[in-house]
Amino acid sequence: MFLVALPGFHLIPRISSIVPESCLLIVVGLLIGGLMKLVGEDPPVLKSDIFFLYLLPPIILDAGYFLPIRPFTENLGTILMFAVVGTLWNSFFIGGLLYGVCQLEGVHLAQVDLLSCLLFGSIISAVDPVAVLAVFEEIHINELLHILVFGESLLNDAVTVVLYHLFEEYSSVGTITVSDVFLGIVCFLVVSLGGIVVGAIYGLLAAFTSRFTSHTRVIEPLFVFVYSYMAYLSAEVFHLSGIMAHDQLSVLVQFDSRLIACGAVTRPYVEANISHKSHTTIKYFLKMWSSVSDTLIFIFLGVSTVAGPHRWNWTFVIVTVILCLVARVLGVVGLTFVINKFRIVKLTTKDQFIVAYGGLRGAIAFSLAYLLKPEHFPMRNMFLTAIITVIFFTVFVQGMTIRPLVDLLAVKKKQETKRSINEEIHTQFLDHLLTGIEDICGHYGHHHWKDKLNRFNKKYVKKCLIAGERSKEPQLIAFYHKMEMKQAIELVESGGGAKLPSALPSTVSMQCVFSRISSASATLKITCSSPVWKVPYEMSHTFRNIQPKKPAQDRALPQLSKAREEEIRKILRTNLQRTRQRLRSYNRHTLVADPYEDGWNEILIKRKKMIELEKKMNNYLTVPAPAPDSPTVTRARLASDPQAWGSKSVAESIPTIKVDLASPQSAETFSVMDESCKKTTKEEDPGLTMKVPAPASKDGKEKPAAESEEDKEPGLKLLRCLSDPGPAGAEEEDEPFLP
Amino acid sequence: MMGSFQSLPDDHQYRALSQKTGFSLEQIRILHNRFKQLSQNEEVLRREDLKTIQDLESNPIRSQIVEAFFDQRNFQKDGVGSVQEISFEEFLTVLSYFRAPAHQITEEQREEIRRAKLRFLFNMHDTDNDGTITLEEYRHVVEELLSRSGALGRETAKGIADAAMLEVASISVGPMAPDEFYEGITFEHFLKILKGVEIETRMNIRFLNMDTTVLCK
Repeated sequence: MFLVALPGFHLIPRISSIVPESCLLIVVGLLIGGLMKLVGEDPPVLKSDIFFLYLLPPIILDAGYFLPIRPFTENLGTILMFAVVGTLWNSFFIGGLLYGVCQLEGVHLAQVDLLSCLLFGSIISAVDPVAVLAVFEEIHINELLHILVFGESLLNDAVTVVLYHLFEEYSSVGTITVSDVFLGIVCFLVVSLGGIVVGAIYGLLAAFTSRFTSHTRVIEPLFVFVYSYMAYLSAEVFHLSGIMAHDQLSVLVQFDSRLIACGAVTRPYVEANISHKSHTTIKYFLKMWSSVSDTLIFIFLGVSTVAGPHRWNWTFVIVTVILCLVARVLGVVGLTFVINKFRIVKLTTKDQFIVAYGGLRGAIAFSLAYLLKPEHFPMRNMFLTAIITVIFFTVFVQGMTIRPLVDLLAVKKKQETKRSINEEIHTQFLDHLLTGIEDICGHYGHHHWKDKLNRFNKKYVKKCLIAGERSKEPQLIAFYHKMEMKQAIELVESGGGAKLPSALPSTVSMQCVFSRISSASATLKITCSSPVWKVPYEMSHTFRNIQPKKPAQDRALPQLSKAREEEIRKILRTNLQRTRQRLRSYNRHTLVADPYEDGWNEILIKRKKMIELEKKMNNYLTVPAPAPDSPTVTRARLASDPQAWGSKSVAESIPTIKVDLASPQSAETFSVMDESCKKTTKEEDPGLTMKVPAPASKDGKEKPAAESEEDKEPGLKLLRCLSDPGPAGAEEEDEPFLP
Repeated sequence: MMGSFQSLPDDHQYRALSQKTGFSLEQIRILHNRFKQLSQNEEVLRREDLKTIQDLESNPIRSQIVEAFFDQRNFQKDGVGSVQEISFEEFLTVLSYFRAPAHQITEEQREEIRRAKLRFLFNMHDTDNDGTITLEEYRHVVEELLSRSGALGRETAKGIADAAMLEVASISVGPMAPDEFYEGITFEHFLKILKGVEIETRMNIRFLNMDTTVLCK
């Protein structure tokens, strides 16, 4: 049923702009539960072990793997403060005040003892990662706030669980001594830190294995999942504390920290080793699993609401809700006051409000309450009801109103644009600069240690874990190559480069790759009957714009590393072959044997695609076609001159695509390169030759004259670097922190 | 003027500096100790003194950082060119570029601080002080950044710098005719391309209020 609801939901954008998905899922769950009750069946309740063992881990693993490490570590102090101190404050405040209220005369709740109240407080005070993720992902808030709330939700369940355990254990005993508290703290540290260490070890193991998988690319994603699962399983093997030995909850804490650590540690190394396809596989699998879990959790929550045993007590519930809100606000404000003394970038009032308002409760609280044994806690049902009410309140009310509030308060949103190469350069530059200044000032600050860690990482860890020469690749180069790779893929997938979509003008090295394979592709192309792949045009004209006036010969063509070149070449070749095969089969199996018609259909499809592409992109680099040479000359030139890109001969022999521009040429419109452009008087230069501008300008003056002869002038437009992510990179995560 | 910085912290002098640079008196005292440590108790600091800092050795842009301290453009006194030695006041002035902006400031103040910091960065790149970062200068920047990566770094550096330059051109100038020549990155263009990087919050270090320099080299 929810399968029907979900697409329906997305078809109604108005609803989805108001109601977050999690709300709808809960409603669906309510409906299902209601239906089942009507039918007379017993609706399934969200059993805690199912929840903790099966539903929660995929979400945690997903969160850990895609954790943006850099902002996380930069704000770790703040996050820990909120998670630990904030949760403690919330628990005691809520628990204590509830007890006070229960002791009041008219409430009839005198049997609720202090320990139960404190326990309840600890359960209800935990911010839930599932709910936070579900809501925050839709509002696209800026990175800092996102990581603060999200990080807090991930880390605070350790505190919750310890408190819960403390209170639960000792509610049966009846008293708590100081040593018990101390023991509890020790347990907490051991369990969570131990969990993190174990998870990290597994992560490193996974990374190490991935180093050797270059010959078995297909099973690479499997390794990542296997190791994560092992990290998760081995919780049973390593009991770290006697008290919590047989408890599901300690297992929870261990799982969480293991999975987060495993995912976060694995990712930077594994990504350097595995193939592009494996990376995509892992990404989509993780997202899929966590989405399924997420959906199921909310639906179950709805169903359990209908099913579960309830005991409604107005006072208790209302007081709980109010206290939760108040406690959260007070906690955040108070903590921020202290934290701001230590932060360089202070948290403003707006930030504080969002952090407080984003403290959503979710299924974890419910499951924890469900675990309470009714013998010890006669008030369990009442607790359950109250918790469900709070969850509903936070998810529905806060979840729905946070988006308009974010807009109202003009909170900074997430920056959608990709990192440009200039920003990347300057980020690196800033890092080194700040480290240097710290060294000059003589104190070992934040940047100093970060730098030391990076150097350690580069020197030892990477060598171990990353295969081949990529271990030596500095982050800037890795970034650059990544963009090039994407460009190559985009280029090919767009069906051939009449334009260079979203091209990074950096493709000097692309040039050399292209030139080297242009001979291969030229042969491929020439045997094709229809033009599918067009070798991109020379980039020389763009570089002419920035080259100082000097002769071209001393410009050495940069070498790509062999492996990198091979990879790019392979991608291009396989894609070329694919398109070529597609063509072939098309030709062979179509009913209409007319080659002209085939070609024409291809052209139509291409034209449609081009128009779509045009709609997506802004500026293009279009370069007038070089002068058409005789095919032999071109091919000879291709073979000998590594800098040439020939498309000239091919342009002649193959029907070309002309796309009429809808509007007259203006600086802003996109234009497709007109390959049959005849105005080529000046384009004798075969490659990266830099002409002194004088002759060029002379040609330029000829241009207006020649223009009238042409139907369209292929204007020269420069490409933007910031552009479409292309087919593969729908959401690109942050560059890993470890360079 | 210099003589009054002798041995005892002179509060009056410090107060003037505090006014000018925005550091607190305590921070100035600590930095002065550091200055004296580096300059071996002399009045002026030279390049060689900065080069003795061991931790700086492994920094790829070490020479540019050192140069920044001796660049008169950063002294806020309208001088140009570089000097051979600097006083404590100038040392402090350069360091003040790395102070975090105060908590409650107006938008104009924030913009001003941002411009000042970006100007510092710009001066670091524009070594010949012609007001533009030419392709050669930018290449040099990238090469230095990748200088620890051997041969691969040097060759790719050119490509990266060219790409970056093109990007600046396309963002700042827009479409250009093939015979137009993009001279170099002016300060305004520089501001534009770094709009996405929150310089005023990132280009800061924490200046201590307690003296721990005795522990460091």
